[in-house]
Amino acid sequence: MATGKTLAEKILSAASGTDAVAGDIVIAAVDVVLAQDGTGPLVVSQWEKLGVGTVARPERTIFFLDHAAPSPRRELSNAHMIIRDFAAKTGAQLSDVAQGISHQRVAEDYTEPGFVIVGADSHTCTSGALAAFATGMGSTDIAVAVTAGKIWLRVPETIKIEVNGAMPDGVFAKDLMLTVIGRIGADGATYKALEFTGETIEQMPMTDRLTLSSLAVEAGAKAGLIAADAETKRWLTEHDRAAGYRDIAADPDAAYESVVTINAADLVPVVAAPHTVDNVKTAAALADVKIDQAFVGTCTNGRLEDIRIAAATVAGKTVAPGVRFLVAPASRGVYIAAAKAGYLATLAEAGAMIMNPGCGACVGVHEGILGDNEVCLSTQNRNFKGRLGNPDAFIYLASPATVAASALTGHITDPRDLRK
Amino acid sequence: MILKGKAHKFGDDISTDLITPGRYFHLRTNLPELAKHTLEDADPDFVKNMRPGDFVVAGGNFGLGSSREHAAIVIKLSGAGAVLAKSFARIFFRNAINQGVPAIICDTDLIAAGDELEVDVEKGEVKNVTTGVVIPAKPLPRAMLNILQDGGLVEHFQKNKGFRLD
Ligand code: SF4
Repeated sequence: MATGKTLAEKILSAASGTDAVAGDIVIAAVDVVLAQDGTGPLVVSQWEKLGVGTVARPERTIFFLDHAAPSPRRELSNAHMIIRDFAAKTGAQLSDVAQGISHQRVAEDYTEPGFVIVGADSHTCTSGALAAFATGMGSTDIAVAVTAGKIWLRVPETIKIEVNGAMPDGVFAKDLMLTVIGRIGADGATYKALEFTGETIEQMPMTDRLTLSSLAVEAGAKAGLIAADAETKRWLTEHDRAAGYRDIAADPDAAYESVVTINAADLVPVVAAPHTVDNVKTAAALADVKIDQAFVGTCTNGRLEDIRIAAATVAGKTVAPGVRFLVAPASRGVYIAAAKAGYLATLAEAGAMIMNPGCGACVGVHEGILGDNEVCLSTQNRNFKGRLGNPDAFIYLASPATVAASALTGHITDPRDLRK
Repeated sequence: MILKGKAHKFGDDISTDLITPGRYFHLRTNLPELAKHTLEDADPDFVKNMRPGDFVVAGGNFGLGSSREHAAIVIKLSGAGAVLAKSFARIFFRNAINQGVPAIICDTDLIAAGDELEVDVEKGEVKNVTTGVVIPAKPLPRAMLNILQDGGLVEHFQKNKGFRLD
């Protein structure tokens, strides 16, 4: 009678030492805990209130200074000091302002298949691409996880996203996932996990899988999971962590709440229009939208391959007059690799501005805040009103190819049009 | 826990960027200042009009977006006794309970701005005193009710020396 387990059920069973099924509430051992400079000071003060005074696993508790990096103002410099002090005092790991975005760094240096990862940042789900149950929480939950090395979790039901077929030219993981979110809605997976399967996913490189998983929370999901396979092993090996590899996949008879089937061959470049991520339209349908700013970066699309695509799109051309084109590599490692490969020079020659590794213009704290009624086309994951520091501005979301193509024309542009 | 107050009404998809905007990121270590801007991009007069014990009442997917627990904290500091919505984004839902703020799932179409409400948290019932309609609320999982009744997660964890699920 026992049915098989989804990826979420498998990982949470192992982490809780129970035979966990969807709907159970379990106490799971946590492998990696993270916080960032916006949520970290509150983690520290809640940790102090808990009064235990220690950190369960300092070597796997990491505080990232990435949102306001480097600090644009005194209050945030002081917030950074709180975090540096905490790390020095407890032995927790500090990822200082030069290191880049938490989720990219965790995927590069910490995540292993089967891990439970909790973070005081909603896009902690990014590590699901490496078959880790990774989810975002608030600072108090994270303070408890920091202190106790465990957390309570409701084992989620899972929606299977099955993708088959070849992705057409000019269409990327971002287009696939925005299409999924447009279909199921911004709350279509609330309290649930997504599990991405199918031949398209099996053939997809880790860089694109991370894009899918990072966007899971934009459908409300708790986690966005992908089974471990040869590509997972390749990524871990590339980042000197081959020993962390472990086979982990859902059972063939696992029970899914529902299945969404996508034929990749039908996909086209799409854009999420203001002010919700599920407001998805084809890039072609928005060709009359003029842009003031274009941004390539973030935990969703700031990896080397994203920057390569942006560079290849603008190589030998010039950014349209009046468009500010910002590029922020997701991590220091990405920055160095993009510099060595010549992508950053290509982008700068076309008129782009290369920013330091980190969240950059993603969160409205500094760098690239929009003016009244201005429009930004961005590779980030959220287009909420006010996200880029101004509630009277408009944010559209797209793939790096669409953003770079649009930076050249000055209006939203289907990247396939440039090749005609 | 029986709570009484007036409804302040919002629509669907009120994101954490609307509740506590990123442009006030630097105020996150100064919560009383941050709270002065609670929900200001959704309703500029919200803070001015709030009375202690009043309710934030919204449509679906309340609190979507970032993990910033400050969203729950500023709502608490604004004086709200509870947040009522048709549904909550999951991180906000946990954060509200962890801060000791009841997050009540019910059919908020039956509540208009300014209605007087009586909320029975344990029973899972919202009485619209203005219209006389009684609205059933979705019960909280036991584990979350325990945290709420202890006054928040820090208090819960200290009192029970860990989590109490049952
Ligand atoms: S890049 Fe944007 S979405 Fe990602 S962690 Fe930074 S602020 Fe959040």
